[in-house]
Order: sequence, then structure tokens, then C-alpha cells
Amino acid sequence: MDLFNLGIRSIFIDNMVFAYFLGMCSFLAVSKKVSTAIGLGAAVIFVLTVTVPVNWLLNEFVLKEGALSWINGELASVDLSFLRFIMFIAIIAAMVQLVEMVVEKFAPALYGALGIFLPLIAVNCAILGGSLFMAQRDYTLAEASVYGFGSGTGFCLAIVALAAIREKLKYSHVPNGLKGLGITMLLTGLMGLAFMSFMGIDL
Amino acid sequence: MSAETIEKTIEKKPAEALFSKRRKKLVSDPLVDDNPITIQVLGICSALAVTTQMKPTLVMAISVIFVVVMSNLTISLMRNTIPSRVRIIVQLAVVATLVTLVSEVLKAFAYDMYKELSVFVGLIITNCIVMGRLEAFALGNKPYDSILDGFGSALGYSWIILAVAFFRELWGSGAVFGIPVFEYVSSLFGPDFKLATNGLMVSPVGAFIILGLIIWVQRTKTGYVEH
Repeated sequence: MDLFNLGIRSIFIDNMVFAYFLGMCSFLAVSKKVSTAIGLGAAVIFVLTVTVPVNWLLNEFVLKEGALSWINGELASVDLSFLRFIMFIAIIAAMVQLVEMVVEKFAPALYGALGIFLPLIAVNCAILGGSLFMAQRDYTLAEASVYGFGSGTGFCLAIVALAAIREKLKYSHVPNGLKGLGITMLLTGLMGLAFMSFMGIDL
Repeated sequence: MSAETIEKTIEKKPAEALFSKRRKKLVSDPLVDDNPITIQVLGICSALAVTTQMKPTLVMAISVIFVVVMSNLTISLMRNTIPSRVRIIVQLAVVATLVTLVSEVLKAFAYDMYKELSVFVGLIITNCIVMGRLEAFALGNKPYDSILDGFGSALGYSWIILAVAFFRELWGSGAVFGIPVFEYVSSLFGPDFKLATNGLMVSPVGAFIILGLIIWVQRTKTGYVEH
């Protein structure tokens, strides 16, 4: 049940976009049409669900202080956590490349839909942020997997909702200076306000 | 027309002045007319979360300036040796190394600040401004120009997040750089007078709205319209 709570929490309460501002670049750039937003959202869910557990393994067995003790007792004092950033980003870039190749080979239709988003995702803050939060909060492997999936879903939900609003917004009269980014920021603020109501849920 | 351009190219041959007009433009353009946040929509990702107070924002701004300038310099120096197929990985490696450096320095000399910024220092790696400048400028230009370009972009980014932080801290906690301005001002008007702070400004929502309004003002001034 704890895992379920964590999932709900990472989707709604600790939403990547509204609570931590992560993945804002692609959130703003790829939210003009619902169909592309769904594509990016699905790709983010996919990549986060894969990379967070993989990075957990890396953190647990290589990077953490004393993590290397499974090789040799003498290595127990080694602390490689300063390598965290570079290793995480390397894993993410490699996983994205791998996922791209697998999808291209086995699901060409899906590749057609996700293809252009996958390289973008390597530098999406939400992906690296997911791994860094996971390391900071000392999750277990199961928690890390749920957290990865949940925060990906939260991002997907946010971007699809914003895209739906922006599609309608095309037909409204917005003051010149506010067109595009300006009104989108205000909208995101209002959506964040709505999402704040989930904080009342007692988990 | 053609004679003029020829003359210009001949004139340009001897070393360009250290702060020629073109180079000054590299620094000044991203400040207002081509601001990375308000016009190009880059680098909003990791920055907004730290803008509840001025102090961490300043540290963040300095870190970003350092990372952008140094990574631009490094990539520009290596630009002829990087095969274009693996350039993203190379860029990420360079940026991640620099960010690790920043994070370790903060950990050693400003541990409180390091705790407060938590994961957001690491997220400079995926700040779109860094990658954007590397891709768009450093890969095709000389080192000195790249430094100027990176400095300009990072400065444009810094003043926007500092402006957001100023309003959020002032209205959210009634202070500027931790100095309780509201308390002081209310004490001038007698014991019963109290300037109220607004909790909304401290929450993420405040950041979105303040940034939206800053973008509005700034774009109205420059006359930039997005279609």
C-alpha cells in the first residue's frame, strides 16, 4: 500500500512540472498540439520508468559510500558519489539511445510517433531530476521503479492537459506581448494552483 | 556595395579589437532583445525552483555563468576534433564535469547553500541554455567569441531569475537578501500597521505568474510578438 501511496504522491502532489519546475523546456515547447504532447508524454514515462531503477542499481552498487564492498572488503571506504552527475547522465543518454534502437527495430510505428522526441529526452531535466531525487531520498528498488513511473505519468498528464488548453487558446484574443510564452506561463500557474488542491489528500 | 564589402573584409583582416562592436553585441543581445528565457524560452527548467529567495538565486546564477562560459570555451577549443555523431555525449560529459566541480566547491565552502539547492545544482547539466549555446554557437566559433557569447546568455538568464526572486522574496517573505524590509517599513507607521506577505508567492504558482508577467512587460517593451 505504501508503494501505491508513493505512486499517487509522485503523480499528483510532487508533480514534476508544477511542484519542481522540471522538464519545463519541453513542457512549453512541445505543448502546442495534443497528439505530439501525448507522444512526448509517453516517451517520458517510458524513459523514466527504465532509467530510475537502472540508476538506482548504479547508485547502490557502485557510487554510494561503501557501495563497492560487495567486490572486496577493502573497497568499503571508497565514496564515488561525486561521480553521480556524470554517471547518471551517461546512463540516461545510453538508455535513450538503446530504447531508440530497440523501438526502431521492433515497433516502427511507435518509432514514427516517438522518434523525434527520444533524442530530446536525453536533455530533459525531468529525467535527470527523477534520478537525482531518487538518490537523495534513499528509495528502495521497488520504490524507485514506482517513483519513476509515477513522475513520468505526472509529467505526461501535465503536458497533455496544457496542450488541450493551448489548442483552444488559439482562437482567443490574447494581448500581443502576452501571446505564446507569456500566457502559457500564466496558464501553468493556474494549473499549478489546481494541482495544489491535491496537497490536502492525506497519504 | 561590393567595393564596400571588399573594403570591409580587408579592413577586418588585422586582428579584431578586443571589444569590437560585433563582440559587444554578442554580450548585449541576449540581455534584452534575444533573452534566453523571455524570447527563446530556454533554461526555465531548473532555475525557477530556487527563486524563492535572492541568496540561493544569486549562487545559482553565478554557477550557471561559470558553467556556460567554461563549457563554451572547452567545446569551442575542441570543435574541430569532435565527430558530429557523438557531439551530444561529448557536450554532456564536459558539462557534467563542470557541474560536478561547482557542486563539490559548494559542498566544501558553502555547505548550507549546497543543502538548500539540493538537486538543482545537478540539474544545470540539463539546463537548455548550456546545451543550446554549445550547439548553436561554440561548435562553430572561435574560443574568445564563444566565451563572450556564453557570458551574455548566462547574464541574460541571471537577471531574469534574480528579478523573479526579488519579487517572490519581497512579497512572499517580506525581505530582500534576507533583510526584513517589510518589518522595517511597517515599524515606520506605528505599532498597529503591518504589511502582509502572501504565501502564494513562495509556492511554485507564484513563480509561474511572476515570470509570466515579467515576460509580458519585457515583450511589450521590445515589441516581440510570438505567432
